[in-house]
Amino acid sequence: MNIADGTQVASHIQHDKPRGLARWLFATNHKDIGTLYLWFSFAMFISGGVMALGIRAELFSPGLQFWQPELFNQLTTLHGLVMVFGAIMPAFTGLANWMLPLMIGAPDMAFARMNNWSFWLLPPAALLLMISFWVPGGAAAAGWTLYAPLSTQGGMGTDLTIFAIHILGVSSIMGAINIVVTVLNLRAPGMTLMKMPMFAWASLITAYLIIAVMPVLAGVVTMVLTDRHFGTHFFNAAGGGDPVMYQHIFWFFGHPEVYIMALPAFGIVSQVIPTFARKPLFGYTSMVYATSSIAILSFMVWAHHMFTTGMPATAQLFFMYATMLIAVPTGVKVFNWVATMWEGAMTFETPMLFAIGFVMLFTIGGLSGVILSVAAVDIQLQDTYYVVAHFHYVLVAGALFSLFSAVYYWFPKMTGKMYSEKLGQLHFWWSLVWFNITFFPMHFLGLAGMPRRIPDYALQFTDFNAIASVGAFMFGFGQLIFFYNMVRSIRHGQPAPQKPWEGANTLEWAIATPAPYHSFVVAPQLEVGDNGVILEMKGGEHH
Amino acid sequence: MQGHGTAAGEESAAQQTRYFVPPPSRWPLVGAVALFCIGLGAAFALNGMLLGPLSLGAGVAILVWMLVGWFRDVIRESRAGSYRAREDMSFRWGMGWFIFSEVMFFAAFFGALYYVRVIALPELGDETHKLLWPDFNPAWPLQTAPGIDAVYQAMGAWGLPAINTAILLSSGGTLTWAHWGMIEGKRSQLAWGLGITVLLGMLFLSLQAYEYHHALSELGLSFASGAYGMTFYMMTGFHGMHVLVGTLILAVIWVRVLRGHFSEHNHFAFEAAAWYWHFVDVVWLLLFVFVYWL
Ligand SMILES: [Cu+2]
Repeated sequence: MNIADGTQVASHIQHDKPRGLARWLFATNHKDIGTLYLWFSFAMFISGGVMALGIRAELFSPGLQFWQPELFNQLTTLHGLVMVFGAIMPAFTGLANWMLPLMIGAPDMAFARMNNWSFWLLPPAALLLMISFWVPGGAAAAGWTLYAPLSTQGGMGTDLTIFAIHILGVSSIMGAINIVVTVLNLRAPGMTLMKMPMFAWASLITAYLIIAVMPVLAGVVTMVLTDRHFGTHFFNAAGGGDPVMYQHIFWFFGHPEVYIMALPAFGIVSQVIPTFARKPLFGYTSMVYATSSIAILSFMVWAHHMFTTGMPATAQLFFMYATMLIAVPTGVKVFNWVATMWEGAMTFETPMLFAIGFVMLFTIGGLSGVILSVAAVDIQLQDTYYVVAHFHYVLVAGALFSLFSAVYYWFPKMTGKMYSEKLGQLHFWWSLVWFNITFFPMHFLGLAGMPRRIPDYALQFTDFNAIASVGAFMFGFGQLIFFYNMVRSIRHGQPAPQKPWEGANTLEWAIATPAPYHSFVVAPQLEVGDNGVILEMKGGEHH
Repeated sequence: MQGHGTAAGEESAAQQTRYFVPPPSRWPLVGAVALFCIGLGAAFALNGMLLGPLSLGAGVAILVWMLVGWFRDVIRESRAGSYRAREDMSFRWGMGWFIFSEVMFFAAFFGALYYVRVIALPELGDETHKLLWPDFNPAWPLQTAPGIDAVYQAMGAWGLPAINTAILLSSGGTLTWAHWGMIEGKRSQLAWGLGITVLLGMLFLSLQAYEYHHALSELGLSFASGAYGMTFYMMTGFHGMHVLVGTLILAVIWVRVLRGHFSEHNHFAFEAAAWYWHFVDVVWLLLFVFVYWL
């Protein structure tokens, strides 16, 4: 039985491809919604990037050059919020939208209409954040963490930010429920949980983390809101509250959030490296367990962000050792990626370059994280540029590089065109070099004691800051290479074959290029190996 | 949800080869506009700007329009038989995960209550802090603190709150009785059970409103009454909002029951509402113990 023999409501589904603006505004197609997510995220990446360049311009030399300190604080705050909630998270959700159904043999996302709401809530939230720059008092200036009591004071920009976070929360929770249900319920016969691609596993566990912690963030910013306007004292000791409580609740969300931005990257790299090493992923099962254990451990380490708040030594030790424990599953992953490449027949197309760059630089970021987890060391390094260096290695060279890897990798399947390999290689090497020139010196600045989130600094920090600022501008301009490559290739690129990568053998490469508007309308019968490798496919219907 | 006619009703999810994907819909975009107006309006209203209430009101109106339209589409699709075993499974997973997200939302506030009572207050009352605030007494409910300017009385557990506990617990019972009616095809038991549940929900809300009135006017207990007042109103307030939403959902289901929707095997909308109601019920029990009683 199929839907066509159903009723009026059912019969016009899956047949028409809507045209014009309505296709995007009213979309229920996972590929269209995925495309919307990816372009939105790129726009936010540019906006957040411009703010970053504003920060780096100010820090090029000591003294105040361009901005008043208030605006500088607003720029650091909004840079963080826009990049985390506007660029990285939506980009991963967009990729999951595009690729998950293709990789597990589903006809679409489980809740296609809600999927569209998840996306269309993002532009309003972004708009609220941007509007906040122009309201009295300017945008939120308490840092992206919105620590009380900074956030319980200040102008209405903070209120707009709080409501923007509520909307972003609604969006990401719905998006996450969609991903979880799609993975759990819409896998094609034969695509079992312990065979499905690591990207599906990573998306599943990320989505679980989002559902678990975004409501906590919504709760804590609601407490900030009532402290601001309704006379409560959640974060005010005068009424029996405690500003440190804000940090506890925030980081209960915040640390899993780090993995929300890292696990999908692990998933992408676990698809790309086997393809270009032409070897199956080493230790697939251990990869699944490592990812799952990170999902559990990430709830038990939040106070490593708070070693300087005066918590008891036993608590410091607990959070220190628990944090170090996370290095074990992460180490398993890095080992597996390296072992996958070992004696592989490797080629170095752009996706592979970004994946290898990811493994190298993410490991550096992970190791500086282990250093920061040592409570005694962290007390020295808390709120210095060492922390800034650490999390930019994880988020730029980690999350962002993996996103570039993914976009280059799946670009042919999405668009039916090949990107320019020459420009892709240029983009990689350019980004790699300037990324390190930007962020590596920040380790030295932090060790020397330069605090973060200030527009001015002592003279001895000048040289490294100048280097970092030059690096940041060059890195930023380099992203125009990527933009040009994408736009040009979508229009004039060479037609892509069904399987442009010799070693690619997951399900999305078993269907036509570009992927048909409606794929797997009827689920295929599959025989699947580890990491979603398709051994045999029968049936499946597309149009 | 209503089945695809009884003849095909037995098809299992594994046998089902196609999955329902809804046609393009304007409701998500309408909902996005609604939340934008609400977010903008709330922020402006809190800062005393004229645009605020206007935008907030418009946003709420648009949201109601969207919810009505969206659920109308869903009910039509359900009645038309678009949802079968596989879709039903998606709804079950989806509702379960949604309730999990709600659990975590309340967890943030229970965590705050725990932190304030077990960590923050004892610390504020310790020897070091005595030097700063000699008069501070870290008892619960917290009465004397520099931020609390009005005297208040705490809400006792064994008056109205105990009655409300009984009401909510029995509403869980009547709802289950209604569910049995649904499963056994006893439509009048179903309709009566559901109707009584809705009434109990409304009764709970009225008593809660009366309790707030009593607290504000006679006990002097407000949102600004320090650590006790803020956790009391925040937690019971968010719970009350959930009871309101749950009552509205059950009322819609009740109207659908009266119109002859649902069958013995196919009524997930009813079950989802019941899950939600039981979740709200459990939250209340925890509130009763930790907010009112202990
Ligand atoms: Cu952390």
